[in-house]
Amino acid sequence: MKTILYIIQKEFKQIFRNKGMLPIIFVLPIFQLVILSNAATFEVKNIKFGYIDNDHTATSRALIEKFNASTYFNVLTDFPSEVLASAAMLKGEVDVLLEIPHYFERDLQKEKQNSLGVTINAIDGAAAGVENVYVTQIVQRFNQSIKVDLLQVSDKQIQPIAIETIPLFWYNKTLNYKTFMVPGILVLLVTMITLFLSGMNIVREKEIGTLEQINVTPIKKSQFIIGKLFPFWVIGMGLLTVGLILAKVIFNIPMIGSLPLLYLYTSIYILVILGIGLFISNFTDTQQQAMFIAWFFTVIFILMSGLFTPIESMPKWAQTLTEFNPIRYFVEVMRMVMLKGSGFKDILPQLLKTAIYAFVMNALAVWSYKKTN
Amino acid sequence: MKRFIGFIKKEFYHIFRDKRSLFILFGMPIAQIMLFGFAITNEINNVEIAVLDHSKDATTTEIINKISASKYFSISQFINKESDIETIFKKGKVKAVLNFEKGFSKNLIKDHKATIQIITDATDPNTANTVSNYVNAILQQYQKELNKDIAITYQIVPQTRMVYNPELKSVYMFVPGVMTIILMLVSAMMTSISITREKELGTMEILLVSPIKPIQVIIGKVFPYIFLSIINATVIVLLSIFIFKMPVQGSLFLLGFESVLFIITALALGILISTISATQQTAMMISLMGLMLPVILLSGFIFPISSMPLPLQIISNIIPAKWFIIIIKGIMLKGVGLQYLWKETLILIGMTIFYIGLSVKKYKIRLE
Repeated sequence: MKTILYIIQKEFKQIFRNKGMLPIIFVLPIFQLVILSNAATFEVKNIKFGYIDNDHTATSRALIEKFNASTYFNVLTDFPSEVLASAAMLKGEVDVLLEIPHYFERDLQKEKQNSLGVTINAIDGAAAGVENVYVTQIVQRFNQSIKVDLLQVSDKQIQPIAIETIPLFWYNKTLNYKTFMVPGILVLLVTMITLFLSGMNIVREKEIGTLEQINVTPIKKSQFIIGKLFPFWVIGMGLLTVGLILAKVIFNIPMIGSLPLLYLYTSIYILVILGIGLFISNFTDTQQQAMFIAWFFTVIFILMSGLFTPIESMPKWAQTLTEFNPIRYFVEVMRMVMLKGSGFKDILPQLLKTAIYAFVMNALAVWSYKKTN
Repeated sequence: MKRFIGFIKKEFYHIFRDKRSLFILFGMPIAQIMLFGFAITNEINNVEIAVLDHSKDATTTEIINKISASKYFSISQFINKESDIETIFKKGKVKAVLNFEKGFSKNLIKDHKATIQIITDATDPNTANTVSNYVNAILQQYQKELNKDIAITYQIVPQTRMVYNPELKSVYMFVPGVMTIILMLVSAMMTSISITREKELGTMEILLVSPIKPIQVIIGKVFPYIFLSIINATVIVLLSIFIFKMPVQGSLFLLGFESVLFIITALALGILISTISATQQTAMMISLMGLMLPVILLSGFIFPISSMPLPLQIISNIIPAKWFIIIIKGIMLKGVGLQYLWKETLILIGMTIFYIGLSVKKYKIRLE
């Protein structure tokens, strides 16, 4: 026991002696949490909007006015010709282009129906879909208003059937993205810091040659590993705490569920990450290799965690792969407990899988760690 | 010159001797681009929905069938009381509940009006909003069918044309992004590490007392990585063309030129990082922690920059990845040439010169 304590003490000293690392461990993640959480939004607004009005009548102007009044579209550009408009779209100055045809008003009055050219830059397919919905909504509302203005004879004899929908947004009434993203980004930071630090730690001693010195001491394998990894576990829990406080103070993220439950889960989760880090350390000779592998898995784990893009939308095989992604479970648990107040029973599947993962990873890591080369 | 070439040769040997790193270096981008190209999409598919039907009549059954027939939704369960909604949301799988009012059909015939509540789990605002919009669209379509006998009123129909990506494939969005991440991180990380490694192991001093000039040391170290990154970029472009059917509307030559430019920008950034860090660990933490998230979040790779708050839109301008993503999308998807991309190109060139200038200033010939 005493040996472990000494190793832990030594490791802590080593971490805190390196003045360059301290800001990277604590300041950089916090800074990123505060700044970057604001960037992660799928909300589509400030759409760059342009139009070509070939009709120049009261109706066409009224229609453009509707777009102008909408909060989604902000930069209105009036293009005199189609050539200029498509050039602007190529340059990326316009994302949605409305083209009002010649004799728009006249034909509408005559035939009761007319069409309208809409061109959308669809490189970002999801945003384009949303922009299309906005355009359709505005045009539909306009249709309803011209009914009143242009209708000469009233045909109110037959009343149409209407199905009314009432959308209710639970747990996040204002559809605030930060509520969704801050817990997720916190997960990332805790994971990245603990994984990178632990993954590089033992291999560093290998590379510098100090590992051999430790190997000739009477320290047991298990004591050495526990002593090495414990400080990172503490750092991970510390980061979580600071992150949760900031989430509450700066972003006012709700904490509906049980805080002890969240800590219980995180304490097991960090073990998984430390196990992976140690495993990587064992299988690499240089810090460079260790980093590449850690980076490789982190990018995959992040992008396939459901943090930014929904898991349900992935193909079946990819969904199966995400079962092996520890970040996925942590993101789910954070969001469930913090935002919805899910209890122990609700997160039991995630908790069990994480615990099994932690056991397997650490067993593998300890098994593959050789004291003699 | 001969000495310099010898030095470069040595660096190449150094890299090629380490088979494991090489495998990682080339295997990683391929594995990542395949995974992401196939798996990642921000489209909404197969969202699980529950139904609370207080009415259970012909109309509600028909609506439920219409919704479950859509590829966006799968109706996973029927619940019987309001209090169940909270319970299933807390379990996390079900994202929305459709709540039909009592006597739905009867109300529709008698009052010409009936109500459905769409209750969504809005912890994920994007899914919640999209689900709500899609259900609405299906209901409107159904409503139109019911009203088809009624005389049409004035109608303007928007004819929408989706340009540059008519099928709205999200792979068009992700391939340029993943390519950027890989080039950025691999180039910046590799250089910063390989230079600090010499410092940490003490071999830098040996290099500095040799007759090779410091600038040659740096160029010699960076050169093999330019070569490796170009191969990586080529592999990624080939994969995206042949496997993901990404078009290259513009000039392949220009794409090559811009990729090399971006690789040099990233390498210059790597050199800068190496001048300010003493150990490999610090260098790696700076390139990983400092670059990974900003590159993913602020480059327009996943989230649209125009929706960000203004200060972040301004900050995004200093992320080289942002400009490179604009360039790749421009060349591959829009087919534009340098006349549209000169500004972005100049910015990348400017950044490169800036990083190199700063590194030269910071680079100490004598080590402490």
